[in-house]
Parts: sequence; C-alpha cells; structure tokens
Amino acid sequence: MPKESSRREFLKRSAKGAAVGGATAVTVPTAVAENSPATLKTANTTKTNSICPYCAVGCSVVVHTIGDKSRNVKPAIVHIEGDPDSPINRGTLCSKGASLEEFVQSDRRLTTVQHRAAGSREWKRMSWAEAVPKMARFIKDSRDKGFEAEDPQGRTVNRLKNIAMIGGCTDTNEINYLLSKFRFGLGMVAYENQSRL
Amino acid sequence: MTNGWTDVANADVVLVMGGNPAENHPVGFRFVMEAKRLRKAKIVCIDPRFTRTAAVSDLYVPIRSGTDIAFLGGLIHYAVSNNKYQRKYVELNTNASFLIAEGFGFSEGHFSGWKDGKYDKATWQYELDGQGYAKVDPTLEHPRCVFQLMKTHYSRYTPEVVANICGCTAEEFVKAAEMITIAAAADKSGTVLYALGWTHHSFAVQLIHAAAMVQLLMGNIGMPGGGVNAQRGHANIQGSTDMGAWNTLPGYLKIPRANHENLADYLKANTPKALRPNSLNYLGNTPKFMTSLLKAYYGPHATKANDFGYDWLPKVEEGADHSWGTFFDQMHAGKMDGLISFGMNPVANGPNTPKMIRALSKLKWLIVAENFETETAAFWRAKELADKEYPQSLKADDIQTEVFLLPAACFAEKDGAFVNSSRWLQWKEAAVDPPGDARRDQDIISDLFHAVQDLYAKEGGARPEPLMNMQWNYAMPKRPLLGEVAREVNGVDLETGKQLNGFGELKADGSTACGNWVYSGSWTEAGNQMSRRGQGDPTGLGLYPQWAWSWPANRRILYNRASTDSAGKPWDETRAPLRWNGKRWTGDTPDYKADAPPETMAPFIMLPEGVARLFAPDLVEGPFPEHYEPAESPVDNSLHPTVNANPLLRTYNSDMDHFGTAKDFPFVAITYRLTEHFHYWTKHTSSSSELQSNFFVEIPEELAKEKGIANKTLVRVSSARGKIEGPALVTKRLRTLKVSGKKIYQIGLPIHWGFVGKVHGPLINNLTPSAYDPNCGTPEYKGFLVNVEKIG
Repeated sequence: MPKESSRREFLKRSAKGAAVGGATAVTVPTAVAENSPATLKTANTTKTNSICPYCAVGCSVVVHTIGDKSRNVKPAIVHIEGDPDSPINRGTLCSKGASLEEFVQSDRRLTTVQHRAAGSREWKRMSWAEAVPKMARFIKDSRDKGFEAEDPQGRTVNRLKNIAMIGGCTDTNEINYLLSKFRFGLGMVAYENQSRL
Repeated sequence: MTNGWTDVANADVVLVMGGNPAENHPVGFRFVMEAKRLRKAKIVCIDPRFTRTAAVSDLYVPIRSGTDIAFLGGLIHYAVSNNKYQRKYVELNTNASFLIAEGFGFSEGHFSGWKDGKYDKATWQYELDGQGYAKVDPTLEHPRCVFQLMKTHYSRYTPEVVANICGCTAEEFVKAAEMITIAAAADKSGTVLYALGWTHHSFAVQLIHAAAMVQLLMGNIGMPGGGVNAQRGHANIQGSTDMGAWNTLPGYLKIPRANHENLADYLKANTPKALRPNSLNYLGNTPKFMTSLLKAYYGPHATKANDFGYDWLPKVEEGADHSWGTFFDQMHAGKMDGLISFGMNPVANGPNTPKMIRALSKLKWLIVAENFETETAAFWRAKELADKEYPQSLKADDIQTEVFLLPAACFAEKDGAFVNSSRWLQWKEAAVDPPGDARRDQDIISDLFHAVQDLYAKEGGARPEPLMNMQWNYAMPKRPLLGEVAREVNGVDLETGKQLNGFGELKADGSTACGNWVYSGSWTEAGNQMSRRGQGDPTGLGLYPQWAWSWPANRRILYNRASTDSAGKPWDETRAPLRWNGKRWTGDTPDYKADAPPETMAPFIMLPEGVARLFAPDLVEGPFPEHYEPAESPVDNSLHPTVNANPLLRTYNSDMDHFGTAKDFPFVAITYRLTEHFHYWTKHTSSSSELQSNFFVEIPEELAKEKGIANKTLVRVSSARGKIEGPALVTKRLRTLKVSGKKIYQIGLPIHWGFVGKVHGPLINNLTPSAYDPNCGTPEYKGFLVNVEKIG
C-alpha cells in the first residue's frame, strides 16, 4: 500500500487547494495573468471532455493531457478545469471539482491487485492472471452450492441468494448495464447501489 | 429531478428542505441564486441546522430532524383551509376527485385495515364502475373523494400542532407557509430541492410523497421553475437507479416473483390497466419493454417458443426482500458466501458499522474493485487501525475472509455516460489509460464473466443456462467498447439492424432488442445523442435540448402537459414549455401524444389514473403521509402516542441491532457533508484532506455551556451501537428547540473520515441504527439518539 502522505506534502499542495476552497463555485482563471510564464501548461495540451465524478450536478470538465503526440511518451494529465460550454457549470467548479487532478493522480491510487489470504495480517501483491481464475473459482463454487433452480413448490426460480453484488453509482450507465447482465447471468437477487443509501 | 438544475432559475419560490445545496451542490446552487437575482425569487430553507443555504435564504425555519412530514402536512392543511392552492390545476391534474371505497379512514395512528401488524388495503382502493374505471366527483364535494379525505386527514396539522412537533414556533411556520404558497397562483412557480435530509428517514418515501402533494396543490408539477427535485449525491446514482436494483430490471421493470411462472403471468401482473376512460396509460406498453430487454439479454437464444428466455431471470419469492439491510443481515447471520463490490464502501456508508464489519468477516470471499484501499477492502484491519472505535471487531488472525482488492480505472480513464440529477445523460471520453496494472471496470467484469462461463463449459454445474445464454457479443468480448454497449442499451431493430429512434418503436414480438427502454433514443442512427454539445435554447427557459440527452425521449420537464390548462393554454404565457399550434405540441418533448389535441386525453400519461396521485394506495404504510417519529425519538408522538414510529418500520433482530431511548441517549443526531469533501473519497486527495483534515462534533451553545464544553474540547458521542470521539465545535447553528414542552438539543456530525486515507477520523455510521424505510429500504441516518460526554 502507498504510504500516508506527510503534513509537509499537504502544505506544499495546499496552496492550490486553499485558493479554491469555500462554498462558492469558482471560475478557473483562463485569461493570461500579468507576469505569467511565457507558455501556460495548457498551451499545447490535448483536451478531452469529461464529467466530474463527484455529486450529481453533472459539471463538464476539460481534461488536459500532454505527451499524446510524442512517441514513447505516456499521456499524462496536467490540468482539469471546468468546461465553459456546459450550460450547467459554464466553466465553474466547486472546491472538490477544481482539485480533480489530485484525485486522478493521488499517490493512494491502487496500481496492482492486492490479495489478503484467510487469516492473514497483510496484503500481498497478486497478478491478474492469478487473481481472475481464483475469483472465478470462488464465484462458481458458491453459485453451485447456493443456486436454487426450483423452489419448494417446484416452480422454476433460477435464483442465487448467497452472493451479493453492490455498486454502480460511481460508474457509467454502460458499466451498470454490464453489471446487470453479470448479475442475471449468475441469478443474483441481492444487488444494490448507493441509491438505496 | 422532475425538472433540472438549469430550470431552477425559473422559480418564484425555492423551498430547500432536506438538503443543503449551497455547500453540497455549489455549482447547481448558482441557479437558485439566479432565480433570486433575476426573478426576485424567495428562498425558504427548512433545516435542523443553519446551513450556508439558510444563510442566503429569505426565511430560515429550524426543525427537529425527522419531523418534515409534520411540516409538510401542515402546509397541506394551510393551503386547503386558506384557499391557497391552484384549484383548477388540482381538478385537472390530480386524483382529488376520485372516490375511495367505503370504510377508509384513519384513527389512533393507523389507517383502516390494520390487523395483526399488517395492513389489509381493501378500504384504500378506488371505487370502480362497471367497466373497471374509477368513479369521480369533479366538484370535489363527495365525502369519500380524495380531496375531502385529504382535507380531513390533515385537519389535525394546525400551525400549533406543527410547531409542537417540529420545535419551531407557529409564527415561523405560518411565515414559511405564506411564502411557499405564493406559488398557488396559476402564473407562479415554486420548486422543491431536497437531498438526503429527506431520504435518510424510516418514512422517506412518504416524505417525498408529501412534497409531491404540496407541489400538486400549488400547481407546480410540470411547470418550469417547479417540480420535485432530488439533488442526488453521486455522479451516476441516477443512472445506476435507472439500470435496476434488487427489485428492478433496467428501466424500472419489476423483478419477477416466483408466482409469475411465465412471461404472460409476469406481464399480466405488471402491466397496468387504465383507470379512467381518457387515460393513455403509457405503461400499458410494458410487454414491448420487457420482451425487448429479454432480446437484448439473451439474443438469438430468446425465442417466442421459450418465452424469450424469461425462465432464466431469477424469480424472487413472493413478499421477500433482498435490499441492503436484509442481505447484510443475512451475511451477518453467516448465510452468504461472497460479496462483489464495484466502487461501494459498506463499512463506511452502511448504517451500524460494527455490524457491517462483523458481517464481512463471516464471508468466505470478498471482491472489491476500487480506486483506493477503502475501509471495506480493509475491514479485516479494523482492529489494527481503529480498535478504539470498533472494539467488537475481530483480530485479523480470526477472520477467514479471502479478499481481492482490484485496482480500477477512475472517471478520467473511462468513457461512457453519467446521468446527472436532471436526468441528462452526458457522455465523457477517456483521457488517459489507468495507472499501472489498474483496469477499466468493463474489462474486470468481462474477465470475471468469461472465466466463470468457461468453468461451466468445462465442468458443468448448477443450471448453467442463464449464464451461458446471456449475450456478451461485443467485437472484443473481453474488452468491450462502451459505445457498443450504449448502442445495445438504446435498442436496435433486429430485422433492419438499425438503431431505434426511441421507445415508441419497441415491439413485443421479439423483433426489437433494447437494454433499457427509458434510454431508447440516446444512440440513434444519427449517432451518440449523449455527447451533443449544442447551445440552443429555443424556449428560452434554459432547457438546452441540444446539450447531451435527457431521459425519457429528451424530455427536460417531466409531466410538462400539466403546464397548460385543459384547452392547452399555458398557465403562465411567459413560461410555457409546451404550446399547442393546432397540429402539434411544440417546445419541450411533450409528456403527451405529440399530435393529440389538448382535450383528447388526461395529462399524466405514465399513470393508469391519467392524473397524479394525492392519494397513493401503492405505498405500504398508508395512502396519505402521516407523521411518525424516527425509530429512536426523544419524545412520544403527540398525534398518537400509542403509535410512535412508522408501524411498518423495518428493523432486524441480530445481536448487533440495538436501539436506545432518550433516558440514556437524550440528544438528536444529524449527519451531513462538508463542501470540501466528497463522501469517503476525497480523504485520499491532498487538497480536501488539508482543507478539512479533522472530524468534529457540532454542539449547540446552550448544551456546551451546560456540560462545560468549549471549542476543541474532546468529547465522546455514543449511541446504542457504538461510540466515537472528536473535538467539539460549539455552534449557534443548532438552535435549541422546544418539542412537546421539552427542550431538545441536536448534535451535528459531518461524515467524511474513516480508518484509511490521508487523514483519519471516526466513521459516523458507528452510531447509526439499522432502521429502514419499509417502502424502499433506506436507512435512518438522520434523527437518531446519542449521548455527548466531555472527556478532554
């Protein structure tokens, strides 16, 4: 697991955060300020339209990446700002949205599969190649054990009660639809998302 | 939302209750301020706490958490008894004129039909004529018509009674009522903005019903600047709701029950019949939606001969419930094997954290796909990381759950559509690849799906057909493109192979496939409608019909047919989302047949009544909202002391489900969000963690004085479930209330911390009860009882 970041790092980064904090919506400045550097960090970026993943107002954001056009360079996000074309936010973002870049590039982001064995006190790194068959085995064995093809009255019910699945509110419609197919393929009835909470 | 964020600017009155948009939806709140600035709109804020929304409102009234139905019931009484409702609108657009069966009534806390802890709803039904249509009295005078029954029901909710329950003064209530009922004028609109302050109660659905009743009486439904508007707290909580939960299939089709043994049974039970001769009853098309969904799921395997694969869907036992509280209770009882979580964190966001942690420790396996290590993934570390808060949790050595924590892509690394609270489907593009070994969720799901399918192909096992016949026929089945999935969701004509233009083209004969009928029209032959960026606003009402795509049918204001009188004349000429030009309705996508002249059918085409329900017999604890106390309450219910809480309150009986009383836990607790944090995510980012690094307990000045607590004094807050500690923030924002002659203090608890992240703090749900709304299964996170002690 990544280490917790230090107070010093907070303070270093907080200049940006503090500037956009508070309850009011903030326009990310786009005009070139006096004494600005010769080129802005967004001068030669690729712009991608996206939507803020936080609350449900649905603010449009522009994700600026560099490196896309160079060979052997992995694109990297350098800036995320409000999209001025959106009739909802018209370029503005709240304090959380204005610091979205930190969310994407947080040093706490998971970058490897972690596995915790039964009774273990620690995470261990695992490859996808090892994890996927192990998870599939668990799912299948549980389904084989818990699947009810008929109920006690002999009616076809094809349901599975011993595996639950939750999630979706943080993800797109399309992922939610795929989750519905996965869920009904298995026959799962215990399925919930954040809308219940 | 029935309307949308940009439409809020059209309001003359904004009632903010059960929400705090200035802090939690700051960008959306701009439209409230625009209404205030440009239309001189009045903002009324009703909240237990003086929030930043309250600070800019024209009137703020404090109430005790969990007494909103009393307040809204008071509004209904005030409007009806002072003739401050839009009479014509109510006659045309509601079931006020419908007659109800003999014997309906309410006494001593129960509606008629209460027996042995259950309701027999026989007396809650419409009185039907020989053809099966509801009888009506257009004069609204019949003693058994809904209007008269409603008037009688709420006659108890006088300003004094409201004040005595809510803890405000009768004068404050009347002031609010005067302001809110400005919207009763035909040419005035009022909006209602709410959020989790309304839904986090054990009577949440009835609370929203009460708000809808107020809005119908004011003539605000279907109007620009009107509606009942849930602000919603997650980027795609609307979309995940649209795609189904335990009790629904995509598009709000109901989950089949065991007694629906074939498709015909299912459709018979779930296709409504018109209740009035002039009702279009659009949901009469349910067979088309259901068959098309089955074709999307099972493709060529779904044939007429096999009921389009209907058998393969799970059938839930009649009367059974598999919602959040129930399956976590079953997990806690050791009846579940595994849990798969895509971006949810039940240890942090479920009620009664100790029970959540214990439940997870009874699983064989847990799969969590996440951006960060969450409390749920790390539940087995609770003892190590936060023993003080979770003394009941087991040591890691004693927890046999195997956990897989999968690194998932975040929003900027995936494309696809989010649905905002305005029902706008907005498409986003992927900007970068996920970091390291992290994968997109569609890849994770597809890998698991295929790996399990492969095991069944190789080994056989329990009834493989539902899994083997489920279609996953994307160009790259293990790496599906979301555009392809979105096209499947929109629907296709299987004979021509063309994308459908909308759900009007769906068929019940298996010749169309559609993954979610309410989204049909979002990706047509003209391309992806959700990525549209047009700025046009032809009505001038801020509807922006060319920006993104709104469900259903790109309609921006639901029930917009109610914005005109029966002849099609707008109630307000300056704010008309729809106009009848002699041949067609123009403006917003009409919530009506587009070429049907004004008087041809009733205005609410989605309901079998053809009109909106003031009286809603489908709800479980009564057709009218009634004030019940929260599961834990500091006072008796002054309306009916023998029936204190919701008679059908849902609770569980495990050894970790405890409830307290005011004797041990005298204070009412509320939970809330801060503007600097998003839920339990931003404690993983630097700026938010720095801006709000510490949990605190908001304590009213008067109580602080009584207890010798100053700012920053360390205090312990305890409930019957658990306890937490933190520094006090002594505040004027929580006014001391007087309820039934008793002094009531409320305690404010912000939620955003936990035992993993850049900053740490207690999980508030350590305190919250497993008490749930019986209609929808939402937990009561607000208005529970705690004690506060000074320890520092």
